[in-house]
Amino acid sequence: MNQVTLEISLALAGVLFIIGLIGVMVRRNIIFMLMSIEIMLNASGLAFVAAGSKWMQADGQVMFIFILTMAAAEVSVGLALILKIYSRFKTLDADSLNRMKG
Amino acid sequence: MLNLLWIVPALPFFSFLILALFGRRFSLKTASILGAGSVGISALFTILIGISFISNPPENFKFVQTLWTWFNVAGFNPSISFYLDPLSIVFIFVITFVGFLIHLYSVEFMHDEEGFSRFFAYMNLFVGSMLTLVLADNLLLLYLGWEGVGLCSFLLIGFWYKDPANGAAAQKAFIVTRIGDTAMAIGLFLLVANLGTLNINEILTQAPAAWSQGSSLATAAALLLLGGALGKSAQLPLQTWLPDAMAGPSPVSALIHAATMVTAGVYLIARTNTLFILAPKVQELVAVIGAATLLVAGFSALAQHDIKRVLAYSTISQIGYMFLALGVGAFSAAIFHFMIHAFFKALLFLAAGAVIISLHHEHNIFKMGGIKNKMPLIYWTFLIGSASLASLPLITAGFYSKDMILWFAWSSPKGSTILWAAGLFGAFITAIYTFRMVFITFFGEQKTEISHTPGKLIKVPLVILAVLSLIGGFIELPGTLGHLPLFSGFVDKVLPSVHLIDENILQEGIFQIIAAITALAGLYLSYLFYLRRTASEGKTALHKFFYSGWGFDWIYERVFVRPVIFLANINKSDFIDLVYSGIAGTTSFAHKILSKTQTGKMRWYAMGIAAGAVITITIIVFL
Repeated sequence: MNQVTLEISLALAGVLFIIGLIGVMVRRNIIFMLMSIEIMLNASGLAFVAAGSKWMQADGQVMFIFILTMAAAEVSVGLALILKIYSRFKTLDADSLNRMKG
Repeated sequence: MLNLLWIVPALPFFSFLILALFGRRFSLKTASILGAGSVGISALFTILIGISFISNPPENFKFVQTLWTWFNVAGFNPSISFYLDPLSIVFIFVITFVGFLIHLYSVEFMHDEEGFSRFFAYMNLFVGSMLTLVLADNLLLLYLGWEGVGLCSFLLIGFWYKDPANGAAAQKAFIVTRIGDTAMAIGLFLLVANLGTLNINEILTQAPAAWSQGSSLATAAALLLLGGALGKSAQLPLQTWLPDAMAGPSPVSALIHAATMVTAGVYLIARTNTLFILAPKVQELVAVIGAATLLVAGFSALAQHDIKRVLAYSTISQIGYMFLALGVGAFSAAIFHFMIHAFFKALLFLAAGAVIISLHHEHNIFKMGGIKNKMPLIYWTFLIGSASLASLPLITAGFYSKDMILWFAWSSPKGSTILWAAGLFGAFITAIYTFRMVFITFFGEQKTEISHTPGKLIKVPLVILAVLSLIGGFIELPGTLGHLPLFSGFVDKVLPSVHLIDENILQEGIFQIIAAITALAGLYLSYLFYLRRTASEGKTALHKFFYSGWGFDWIYERVFVRPVIFLANINKSDFIDLVYSGIAGTTSFAHKILSKTQTGKMRWYAMGIAAGAVITITIIVFL
């Protein structure tokens, strides 16, 4: 069984992060943007776990649990906001929600 | 008793504050009791302090009362402290006593005017500032009072501010005196830089040690102080503001522009006498300026037809006499003439004011005439004032003071025949223009109806001042007439006295007779011209020249005022401002550009964050 090297896992994390970032920038639906942010968070979590296993430290997994907690909180707040936005504006298109333009 | 000195200037300031803050709500009666009463109590205290000072003089005839330290910066610590010596006693006596009489007069004179309490607030502020000026023991406090009286002069000349001409006259007075004040301020800097103190006593003792006789620094210091004195005392070449200052009410002209403020220059020179003695050339210049001014102003007074302008020019001329006396080193004679002049000139202005309000505010003497028997009291008091101004021999106070100046102009080591002749000729001119004014105003046929008869408050100050104009001279009798040097003996305790080359009673007597004959000849000539023949003044070029005050205004208008206005017009949009408006323009341009990026589209913001992160990471990794 081949050992998964640090480089490969970091490359995977980078690819995931960029996919998430592109998703945030190109998708107009707020739910998809929220999901893309989740991908970015998991990419960074993966990088932490990979780095933790490389140096045999528990810190990487501790950080991942932190990220998991934060992501749970973020999703609950984000979904609540999305529900309110939809009930108010009847749309989930981020570009048409620019009423706060200065 | 001397410890109560601070009350003298504090009372007018206190009353000023009350009148300025709550004056609107006061009735005429309350305002006049506060305004005139405070100065009256000040005068009372001054007399008590004066009596105690004379009967029980402090050491060296100098008394200092320090109230507190004004500020303390790097060893330079001027204090708020008052300095009493014979010189300041004479000044505070004249300021409070004559000032009180003029305040009393104003209660009736200003009765029907709008802004009655405003008037008294300004007058009280003036009296307080003037007292600060003459009581200050350091030149910085003196300068505070100096600027204070300048401010009050401005406010009171422009008292009837609804007429733009009065406002213009006020500004002219303020700006012209400012030229002198600037010179004086530079002089103070020079003194601080070189002697490290502004305390008058310290300056007067340190200056002779630090500077040699006629050294350039002493000359510069004396010259700069003289500049301030010239502006305030309306001497050549800064005399043009005083005739226009007559736009103010008559009591103001009497108090500020005749009796007290305009003599501040005389006080300054007398106070800093050591500096002027150290700079003999400047002292000579003082005498020459005085002599020139008294002639220029005397001739100008001959051609005026506004009664107050005649008096204004005569004030300039009489202060010229004081400068002449200071210049020849006869300091006590200058102070003596100051006191006598304050009496008779205040009297003349007050009497002229009474004539003016009695004749529908008519200022032109050629429209007056024939009121001698209608207003006997005013006629007689005005006549006494005029006689004193023209220095009619023996009976008037003006004779003794002016004669003293003329005698010293001849006999003092610093005097000369030319200075004496100028003074004598000036006395001749004085007699002519004074009685021209009297004859045209009071004699002949009546041209204007009398609309108003002055009441008690106008008459009482006139009578008191008339009595003083007559008997005031008897406290200083010359060697030929009993030799009673009460005044000069008192003042010379702190002022250098004249050492005559040879004291010759006979010569002094001859000069007195010459002076007396000159005055009488002027009176006779005036009688011939203006009473025997009805005056019809030609409109010759010379008359116009004198009427315009020797064309000084004309020259200043062209040399100074118009070029400045021209430059101001060219540089309407100040080019230095371009730099600052440029900065403002760039900022607002950048703001417009950047505000375009605030679209409200969240994806653009996210893209901005991502792009920024990429750029930052690239810079960190590759650089």
